[in-house]
Amino acid sequence: MNLKSELSRGFFKENAVFVLLLGMCPTLGVTGTAVNGLGMGLATTAVLVGSNIVISLLKNFIPDKVRIPVFIVVIASFVTIIELTMAAYLPELNDQLGLFIPLIVVNCLILGRAEAFASKKKLGESIVDGIVMGLGFAFALTLLGAVREILGFGSIFGVKFVAEEASTMLLFILPPGAFISLGFLTAFINKLSVKKG
Amino acid sequence: MAEKKKMESTFFNMVLMLTVIALASSLTLSFTYIQTKDAIAAVQLKKTIEAIKKVVPEFDNNPYESRYVVEGFEGVEYYPAKKGDELVGTAIKTFAKGFTEDVVIMVGFDKDGNIVDTSVIKHKETPGLGSKMGDSKFKDQFKGKKPDPEKGINVTKDKGEIDAISAATISSRAFCKAINRAYKGLLKKEEK
Repeated sequence: MNLKSELSRGFFKENAVFVLLLGMCPTLGVTGTAVNGLGMGLATTAVLVGSNIVISLLKNFIPDKVRIPVFIVVIASFVTIIELTMAAYLPELNDQLGLFIPLIVVNCLILGRAEAFASKKKLGESIVDGIVMGLGFAFALTLLGAVREILGFGSIFGVKFVAEEASTMLLFILPPGAFISLGFLTAFINKLSVKKG
Repeated sequence: MAEKKKMESTFFNMVLMLTVIALASSLTLSFTYIQTKDAIAAVQLKKTIEAIKKVVPEFDNNPYESRYVVEGFEGVEYYPAKKGDELVGTAIKTFAKGFTEDVVIMVGFDKDGNIVDTSVIKHKETPGLGSKMGDSKFKDQFKGKKPDPEKGINVTKDKGEIDAISAATISSRAFCKAINRAYKGLLKKEEK
């Protein structure tokens, strides 16, 4: 398998957010800043890779009729591990992301990849799929977070580049701004993908 | 490619696999919980100490370690702040029912019973309305005031001197109630 084509798949052609339109809830909810988007994206990637590995290893032992409950228990376990680890070692990020960390369990990207990929493919392929789809998700969230932070706060990754009293487009930190930014970025990324062919 | 044989969905297999997965999950999570328990407790402690620092004058003891509760005031924690042997103030973690759930705040009194400052620890009040209780505009009103020993400190609607947050009377009242609860306990302790 070609690493470059895999990355291109995860970041552009099959990007979870801009193309597959999965995991919209955290995408809109935590991307007020680039750092939050990146943090959430990486936490989701960790869960995705972990669950893909376990599900791929167990795929021949999971009876078909109970596969969804099994996937969910595996995913929820990884999310809880990430949640406890963040509460212990990354408290500021944990406070910022708050309720959205446990909500990773219902991020349909993870259950979707488990069902469509990890439960059918070999371990190596599943790991790679987890990494590229997860990083593509993180890329989308960081990009969206950066756009909203630049327009809404006048800063990027916490570094302000406008004057203290300068008025910024606060709309972009609020929900309507999230939808607007997401819409434009989705159109832009899809246009790019079409050109690349 | 030869089809690998998947486990059949017989009743026995399904029960077996679900039990195995559930056990494996519980074991892994218990292990993780034990490993992170101390670090999480340390983070909570740090947050409490920082809240204490915000609301009382400079101190050099460990108010958290000298914490006490007052009988009849369950749920309220008192953190005495000292410089050397002298009490400079008391930080109090107190609560009151707000618009939704309990609002938890840290209020600091100096040794004469004047409010030094307040800090909101936890709330689920309406964003943009009750949530403004953490803003300087509201909470700075309390700085330097000494609650009446009987009536406490109240919003103007309750014949007090505090301007409530517009359209957030319940949240504003809860903030006062929490402070009054803390103060009554403090008075009770000083009686002894």
